[in-house]
Amino acid sequence: MNLQLDFPAVLERWPSFLAGAALTLELAFFATVLGALLGTLAAVGRGTRNSLIAGACKVYVETIRNTPLLVQIFLVYFGLASLGLKYSAFTVAVAALTINVGAYTAEIMRAGFEAIPRGQIEAAEGLALSRLQIYWHIILLPAIEKVYPALTSQFVLLMLASSVCSQISAEELTAVANYIQSDTYRAFETYIIVAVLYVILSLVMRAGFWSLGLVLFPRRRRLGTPL
Amino acid sequence: MGGHLNINHLMFLGQGALWTIGLSVIALIGGGIVGFVIALARISPLKFVRIASAVYVQLVQGTPLLVILFLGYFGLAAIGLKVSPLAAAGASLTLYVAAYLGEIWRGCIQSVPKPQWEAAEGLALSRTQRMMKVILPQAIRIATPPTVGFMVQIIKNTSLASVVGFVELMRSGQIVNNSLFEPFAIYAIIAVTYFAMCYPLSLFSQRLERRMGRGRSNLAPA
Repeated sequence: MNLQLDFPAVLERWPSFLAGAALTLELAFFATVLGALLGTLAAVGRGTRNSLIAGACKVYVETIRNTPLLVQIFLVYFGLASLGLKYSAFTVAVAALTINVGAYTAEIMRAGFEAIPRGQIEAAEGLALSRLQIYWHIILLPAIEKVYPALTSQFVLLMLASSVCSQISAEELTAVANYIQSDTYRAFETYIIVAVLYVILSLVMRAGFWSLGLVLFPRRRRLGTPL
Repeated sequence: MGGHLNINHLMFLGQGALWTIGLSVIALIGGGIVGFVIALARISPLKFVRIASAVYVQLVQGTPLLVILFLGYFGLAAIGLKVSPLAAAGASLTLYVAAYLGEIWRGCIQSVPKPQWEAAEGLALSRTQRMMKVILPQAIRIATPPTVGFMVQIIKNTSLASVVGFVELMRSGQIVNNSLFEPFAIYAIIAVTYFAMCYPLSLFSQRLERRMGRGRSNLAPA
């Protein structure tokens, strides 16, 4: 076996790698924001007394959590196309990732809601807070604070999972790698570089979420509980 | 546009589904063996072993499975090692699953209550005896629900093996679609099939978790 690695030949394509990494982060950002909203709504919906809404939310969460992301992406991609709707690969990718991460967020948020002690809500009612105030101050914000670590690792996993979007030709990092390796015939070096870039991206995201947590939850910082 | 979905197509999809199960079993067994070693290495008394295994876990958990698969298939081929899609997929999934199972199991081993470790030490059991006779039997109980839950992830992740040309359920769906061109219907069938494999496992994992919660509520620290 003659093993000759030539990293410089691949590294000179760094502008493409950088553009791919930027698009991966962009995908992850939009899907995280939209997915967090969708997931929170689904978690709230699952807790309502209306059995139709609760049932629909349960079906959504269980369906998404028990099928592969790749299949979901193809279903959204071809589903929209068969309805005659034409969107860019980026839009389809954001939509599919949002639907996917929304289900996982819903499950995490539900655990957060269940961890709110009943007495807190009763106390808030006793203090004559309105229902909206109770939901916001007593249930939603403390729940997010409780599950923040689980949420953030889910969002990092989402960023990694966005690599699957290369299969519908969204030009993110993995798609860029596929293109460069077929152009340079240096598959090993290319994928090693991309793997390192993903590790860096996930470390950057973790650090970002950690700092965000310090800003968002000063109480947690004061108590010294780990984020 | 080549006719309609018929029994032959369904048979082909069924065969793909069997390969999905086969690949999942390979990944579970391979990843389980390596993952067990990782779990023990993560709590080894040797600092070097602890750091090396932690670095391995961080690297694998920071890389998408898709990239690991490409590295195993195209990457090894490019440096002169020709591997079959099955070997590439099996090896990549093994490395990937090992990092996650290793972390899950480490947590389970460490969540065996501290007095158990101290009592075993007090009875003058060697480190191996303490592990095999006291800690692991209890850790296995704690580890069962999350492991069953992770099997769902393994089944779903085998779908990525389709991109290196391994004909499992996803790939067989793509092949059928190439001849029929009814993507929405075919991928819906694929999704339902995956759901039928994963959902029973999810329910089973939830049930195990609830049962454990009842039995151990006064034992396990959170």
